[in-house]
Amino acid sequence: MKILVPVKRVPDWQIKLKLLPDGSGIQTDGIKWILNTFDEIAVEEAIRLKEKGVVTEIVLVSIGPEEVRARLEYALAMGADSAILIKHDGPADSDLASRAIAEVFKKGDYSMIMLGKQAIDSDANQTAQLVAARLNLPQACFASKVVVEGGAATVTREVDGGLETIKVPLPCVVSTDLRLNEPRYAALPNLMKAKKKPFEVITLDSLGVSADVKVRVRGLSTPSARKAGRKVSSVQELVEALQNEAKVL
Amino acid sequence: MTSILLYIQHVDGKVLKGTLSALTAARELKGPWKADTIVGIALGPGAQSAAQEMLSYGLSSARYSEDALFQRYRAEPYARAIALAARETSASTVVALASSTGKDVLPRVAVLLDAAQASDIIGVNGDGSVRRPMYAGNIIAEVELSVPHRVVTVRSTAFAPALQEGGGSECSELSLAGDPELHEQPRFGEVVGYEISKADRPELSDASVVVSGGRALGSAENFEKVVFPLADAFGAAIGASRAAVDSGYAPNDWQVGQTGKVVAPNLYISVGISGAIQHLAGMKDSKVIVAINKDPDAPIFEIADYGLVADLFAVAPELTEKVLGLRS
Ligand SMILES: Cc1cc2nc3c(=O)[nH]c(=O)nc-3n(C[C@H](O)[C@H](O)[C@H](O)COP(=O)(O)OP(=O)(O)OC[C@H]3O[C@@H](n4cnc5c(N)ncnc54)[C@H](O)[C@@H]3O)c2cc1C
Ligand SMILES: Nc1ncnc2c1ncn2[C@@H]1O[C@H](COP(=O)(O)O)[C@@H](O)[C@H]1O
Repeated sequence: MKILVPVKRVPDWQIKLKLLPDGSGIQTDGIKWILNTFDEIAVEEAIRLKEKGVVTEIVLVSIGPEEVRARLEYALAMGADSAILIKHDGPADSDLASRAIAEVFKKGDYSMIMLGKQAIDSDANQTAQLVAARLNLPQACFASKVVVEGGAATVTREVDGGLETIKVPLPCVVSTDLRLNEPRYAALPNLMKAKKKPFEVITLDSLGVSADVKVRVRGLSTPSARKAGRKVSSVQELVEALQNEAKVL
Repeated sequence: MTSILLYIQHVDGKVLKGTLSALTAARELKGPWKADTIVGIALGPGAQSAAQEMLSYGLSSARYSEDALFQRYRAEPYARAIALAARETSASTVVALASSTGKDVLPRVAVLLDAAQASDIIGVNGDGSVRRPMYAGNIIAEVELSVPHRVVTVRSTAFAPALQEGGGSECSELSLAGDPELHEQPRFGEVVGYEISKADRPELSDASVVVSGGRALGSAENFEKVVFPLADAFGAAIGASRAAVDSGYAPNDWQVGQTGKVVAPNLYISVGISGAIQHLAGMKDSKVIVAINKDPDAPIFEIADYGLVADLFAVAPELTEKVLGLRS
């Protein structure tokens, strides 16, 4: 079975972000980019399904500028088979991503789409569900375990209150949570080989997808910082402060 | 006439407190988004009493369905039913609490209504734009939803729970005949297992005190031995860092942070947590923050009101004792 894995390039979560002076965006000059953490987990899961003999082909897709190529090559080096870059320089919300991903799905013979549960830049947590609804497919979001067998996926989901396991027929849409797996690192020699794997560059136009966004970001700001309090030197002092100052005890 | 539809989340008829926060957000959206009324929809076992209860919070009407299709939450039938209710009540907006269910179902509703979605909103501006956190709460974005139909999920810590006020009296069953596809939904699969974590403590999302443990606890046994009694002394809910959950010290739904739960209790006590930005994203709006960490430079101290630099294995039990002493 073929699996489609949409991946997004995001700023490294370890860097301190700075806003552009006019608040129209974040400063991206020279910053480090990574594959969205949840997408790396999706790529890893797809590779494991391939190693188990369940998946036969892993196709990556990303909507973004030319620079995303390096991140796609990294995921190819991890073990994906081919990549599609939908070149797009403007803003892209989850809705736009979902429309493009749905069209790519229709053009291939895929049994599953595995996405991250959320992009750690926009923190939207929508695309998987949007794709599933557009294609009228079952969804299994926030997965911490995926077993594919007999034309169905049994997925354990991280939900409020604990864990829920659902069984959905293929084709289906899965979104990954943090505890699904620990992604491998791409080995250096594989990074060289990855450059030879099939890599297709297309446009939104060629898919018949408009570049309109439904969620328009008007401006960004930083939240007011919480000011640090003080150190206490003993449990006794802490208890007194909670009683008398903070009045929460 | 256009309305805002509130998705009433409840457990066996008991309305979640977060739903009342979502209602507050809906009330704030009503003016800027030019809606005339707020209506509600509840689904699943107990839906009728949940819908009935919400009428006393100023909803002008409420729909419910306890049809067998909704016995267990599943995204596909729930989304179709919410969209159906939106069409029947002329709702141009659907609002829900950003719980795991709200996050799972609302984007599907958005597609069915051809709507735009803003996730996890924390504020409403007078001109109709909304505020929402991005980049683990490091940045607040002001966004506009540029299409006539809109869907929002609401971060409950940012909106006070709505108070009761006189409302409508029309509580009626949703007729499923309006969507012939609803009955095909079982083909989308089924729930085959459920593991609920023990719920003999307050619910993490709306507890007034939260005690959270981190990697420093070192084992599930220590977590239980040190964090549980401290939490119980305060009558608190228990939270955890991702590292503690990943290591198996605490169940997944205790994770506080960017990708876990967001809490804002009166008192948040962190024990052996470093204070990574992803963890802070889930608790930095707490009223009073206490941090216990043996590293004086741990980032958690940059936001803590009271910091205690000490070995948690020595001071956490001492704190438990002192608080129990005060309570007795
Ligand atoms: C995409 C992404 C999403 C994430 N989402 C979340 C999230 O939602 N929630 C979350 O929590 N994290 C999240 N993380 C992980 C986060 O970056 C940190 O790795 C994590 O919060 C660290 O957990 P910790 O503080 O328990 O462990 P550590 O960072 O290892 O800190 C342990 C602390 O304990 C102290 N300590 C050790 N021994 C003692 C002792 N005896 N007494 C007192 N103090 C002691 C140490 O000084 C240290 O500060 C996410 C990361 C990524 C990349
Ligand atoms: N521009 C994009 N290109 C490819 N995949 C994307 C893009 N945006 C979002 N996704 C996928 O959708 C997931 C959830 O993103 P979101 O719903 O926007 O938070 C991500 O983890 C990716 O798998």
